[in-house]
Amino acid sequence: MGLLINQKLVNDETGRQLEKLCPFGAISYTDGRLEIGAGCKLCKMCVRKGPEGVVTFAEEEVMKVNKDQYRGVCVYADSDHGVIHKVTFELIGKARELAKVIDHPVYAILIGSDTDENVRELLEYGVDRVFVYDHPELKDFDIEKYANCFADFIERIRPSSILVGATNVGRCLAPRVAARFHTGLTADCTRLEMKENTDLVQIRPAFGGNIMAQIINPYRRPQFCTVRYKIFDSPEKVENPTGTVERVQIKDEWLESSTEILAVHEKEKEMDISEADVIVAVGRGLKSADDIGMVQELADLLGGVVACSRPLVEAGIFDAKHQIGLSGKTVKPKLIITLGISGAIQFTSGMNSSECIIAVNSDPEAQIFDVCNYGIVGDIYDVVPKLIKMIKGE
Amino acid sequence: MNIIVCIKQVPGTNKVNVDPVTGTLIRDGVAAKMNPYDLYALEMGLRLKEKYGGTLKVLSMGPFSALEVIREAIYMGADGGILISDRKFGGADVLATSYTLCSGILAMGEFDLILTGKQTTDGDTAQVGSELAEHLKVPHAAYVRELELEGDRLRYVSNLDNKTVEATIKMPCLVCADGEVNTPRLPSFKRKMEYGNCDDLIKIITFDDIIDRDETHYGLKGSPTQVERIFEPDKTKEKVIIAEGDLAEETFKILKDRKYI
Ligand SMILES: Cc1cc2nc3c(=O)[nH]c(=O)nc-3n(C[C@H](O)[C@H](O)[C@@H](O)COP(=O)(O)OP(=O)(O)OC[C@H]3O[C@@H](n4cnc5c(N)ncnc54)[C@H](O)[C@@H]3O)c2cc1C
Ligand SMILES: Cc1cc2nc3c(=O)[nH]c(=O)nc-3n(C[C@H](O)[C@H](O)[C@H](O)COP(=O)(O)OP(=O)(O)OC[C@H]3O[C@@H](n4cnc5c(N)ncnc54)[C@H](O)[C@@H]3O)c2cc1C
Repeated sequence: MGLLINQKLVNDETGRQLEKLCPFGAISYTDGRLEIGAGCKLCKMCVRKGPEGVVTFAEEEVMKVNKDQYRGVCVYADSDHGVIHKVTFELIGKARELAKVIDHPVYAILIGSDTDENVRELLEYGVDRVFVYDHPELKDFDIEKYANCFADFIERIRPSSILVGATNVGRCLAPRVAARFHTGLTADCTRLEMKENTDLVQIRPAFGGNIMAQIINPYRRPQFCTVRYKIFDSPEKVENPTGTVERVQIKDEWLESSTEILAVHEKEKEMDISEADVIVAVGRGLKSADDIGMVQELADLLGGVVACSRPLVEAGIFDAKHQIGLSGKTVKPKLIITLGISGAIQFTSGMNSSECIIAVNSDPEAQIFDVCNYGIVGDIYDVVPKLIKMIKGE
Repeated sequence: MNIIVCIKQVPGTNKVNVDPVTGTLIRDGVAAKMNPYDLYALEMGLRLKEKYGGTLKVLSMGPFSALEVIREAIYMGADGGILISDRKFGGADVLATSYTLCSGILAMGEFDLILTGKQTTDGDTAQVGSELAEHLKVPHAAYVRELELEGDRLRYVSNLDNKTVEATIKMPCLVCADGEVNTPRLPSFKRKMEYGNCDDLIKIITFDDIIDRDETHYGLKGSPTQVERIFEPDKTKEKVIIAEGDLAEETFKILKDRKYI
């Protein structure tokens, strides 16, 4: 099955070459024999990049579904006690794009209690049909109950693709349901494209973002994937929603559960800069503790938190838990704006793998400009107040 | 209580790059190690075992080199370990991996609790635990931060986005431990001296030892997802330095273009 070795072509040269080539260390060459071990991930690097003909790949007959029987691009509407997570709308936007390619409808599945308001919102974003599983016992997320409802939807409606937001709830629910249907699930996709034959091309990072993998699920349906918040754009609402709603009669057996929920607590908004998606970090460019206000305001407008370099902790302006760097916290936000920070290595080592770094510093020679994506050479006291006004739309 | 903790061997670093010329993965020669998130699951299990008695075994699917992480777990306090290894299991995606782990667990006998980590540092999907629970047909809880025995159930606290949930769950069940929930102990030197290679404590299971021997459920054949290609992310750190013009407006544009506002 799978990879075949032509031992006749194996010699010291090809053997060693293949051994070195395998990214997963699964090929071993000992005593003139080449072996592929259980570490093999079938990335087929050895077939494509190895010495010709030594390792070949045999396509095989696989279980195939009739893809024509599966229609629709579905989004799981992640509703937490009546509040729809915004990732849902982003996914609806993407689902509409994908569905257009193959002329499929866009569905949403909504599970919860007291869902009328949520249904209306989903329709406003252009969903063609919302399937609602509403019951008082579905108020709190319960993996068994939710998986049962989801399974009912898939069995009856047979969607072709299902997009789920990678919230903790989505990451718990999607695999449970995908496994029930023996189908594939691609985690944390950052790009999705639809082929005309309804195969969903899914691109995702792995190895902590150091590698991108392009994944397809060509033989089974539905095709499942999860996507994190803020990867895709939030779509505009449609002018005259025309979508329809199907309220599903909940069966008692779907509500059986081995879990008993005792309490659900709203999480205290505890500040942890390493968890934040957006950080505004300030350094000795800050003239006085009184100026923190503008920094905080900028952070608030961007939905982020304030952090700082070490001197501001030493000066007692900030608590140590705000400090980034070697002797502080390591952060990897989607966006970090540094204000009046010189960019000493002890600082940058704690933030240089951030996705986007915008540095504001009045000194064009400042080291921070070596690590940033965008360098703004200017005075923070000019830039920040104006920027705040613009964001507020004043 | 009989506990099984699933552990995976991962590359010592996730700093892999794609060779721009050959398009192959370049990994520096850092030794493989136990998936760091599995250490929290293991520690969680060891504490339960110490408090309430019973046995704790670890289970890993992978090549023979994964024996190393099983030994490490035994030095930390596990009573024994199982390695599921066979070329037929190679090339497995999450579905096939979790199904293989399920087959391994069924071959191991009775259990009360299966523990997994939150995610790995290589495949990084955080899906294996939930899929494994589905195959085993047991209830599960994910992102669990605290776990205690309460009568014949487990009481847990789990981390769901902006809520924490307190609940109890019937055993047998599966629990995915959240990250950074405890301080995993170090392997004990004494145990290392005592057990050495751990030959008597580790069992190796191959395809022939499992109950469901339908090859289409394992490895490549059992994997619906296919990795079509692997490539390096676009890391062209485009650097833009703006020193002139309306700096606030330029900054505003950047924020808008990149969808931060
Ligand atoms: C670049 C790349 C991208 C991939 N993307 C996908 C994808 O999107 N979808 C998909 O289905 N597959 C994917 N795979 C394959 C998949 O990552 C692995 O093959 C699968 O075996 C394990 O998934 P994981 O490492 O993500 O584990 P996770 O789901 O992150 O692991 C969670 C927990 O499960 C347990 N566990 C996981 N693996 C083992 C094991 N071998 N032995 C014992 N316990 C274990 C551990 O307790 C671990 O903490 C990808 C592989 C690569 C190389
Ligand atoms: C062992 C060790 C560990 C350390 N650990 C850490 C650590 O964890 N974190 C950390 O941050 N530091 C750490 N440091 C200290 C580090 O070396 C630097 O001294 C520190 O990061 C400098 O902070 P800064 O950039 O805020 O201040 P400065 O280096 O003084 O930089 C201030 C910058 O602000 C600019 N500026 C001034 N006014 C304005 C204005 N109006 N508008 C725009 N720009 C302006 C200046 O051009 C200058 O570049 C450590 C040092 C050592 C030796």
